[in-house]
Amino acid sequence: MYLDRLHIALVEDDEDDRMFFKDAIDEIQMKTNLLLFGNGQEFLDHILLPGQSLPHLVFLDLNMPIKNGIECLEELRAQERFKNLSIAIYSTSSSDQDIEDTFIKGANIYINKPNDFNKLKSVISEVLKINWQYHTSNLSRENFLLRV
Amino acid sequence: MKFYLKYDMDVIFRKTLEQQLNNLQVAYKINGLGEIEFLQSLSAEKVKELTVLLSVYGIEIINDHKSEIVQRIKDAISEMVLDTSSEKNHKLSEYLPNKLGYSYTYLSSLFSESTYTSLENFLIIKRIDRVKQMLVHEKLTLSQIAFELGYSSNAHVSAQFKKITGLTPTVFQKIIKKRSENKTSFKQS
Repeated sequence: MYLDRLHIALVEDDEDDRMFFKDAIDEIQMKTNLLLFGNGQEFLDHILLPGQSLPHLVFLDLNMPIKNGIECLEELRAQERFKNLSIAIYSTSSSDQDIEDTFIKGANIYINKPNDFNKLKSVISEVLKINWQYHTSNLSRENFLLRV
Repeated sequence: MKFYLKYDMDVIFRKTLEQQLNNLQVAYKINGLGEIEFLQSLSAEKVKELTVLLSVYGIEIINDHKSEIVQRIKDAISEMVLDTSSEKNHKLSEYLPNKLGYSYTYLSSLFSESTYTSLENFLIIKRIDRVKQMLVHEKLTLSQIAFELGYSSNAHVSAQFKKITGLTPTVFQKIIKKRSENKTSFKQS
């Protein structure tokens, strides 16, 4: 299974957070391609276009106007064609209940949003690296869960 | 007495290639110069054989040797994780060089260069993937899994599981169980 570049989508309504994420991803030594979206609806509109190529991994902020992370997660998981898309939810909540619910609804990754840029970078780096393995090696996607 | 020769490099190349490929006894297609296609994937031994056959004529395979080795490493590691009897007896640093015929240092640096992980870490990821399967599909206990996969203790499996997934095996099992219950109730309603 050959992969040239990891295609990533980031769905985040806060412009500052979007920049932080983008900067962190840019600084990670990995071949990536990043698309940015302001809320869940924008992202869904984009990937539901016919013939649209799908990202490997999407980061969804939990709290967003119009369509939040959970709603977006549920819509994505209701469709068979997105089954290979890794979904990472991130939020400031670290309640075990919230985290479990997110996983049960089909998220693969739960990120507790760090405040510090270097911490954010190392968390994202860990997420990208494990995703690279899932897209290039024979690992069972239905059991792919990661909490960072 | 001298002869003067006229020749066509393309014909020479094609004939040479055909002769050598026929020696290999696998179905192939020459897609124009410089590209051959095999109708089924070649075993590592066949690739090695072909490399030797062609090298005599100064022809080199530019396939990506690196990706091929990486794939062979991954296959070998998967085998190692599945075949628990061998895993107990082998260390990665002995097993891989024996199996693939390259030094561990070479394999290790080549692997890290192109996979964004290390050999050791990849083995752990594969093993934890196996642990998950044993928990979910084979319904084994952690102690049984620890024994099967040659871990020193339950605590060791648990700790490695937590390190890779961020979850304990118990929480993981609970999530996967609830997920499948959700799916069933969704289908029924």
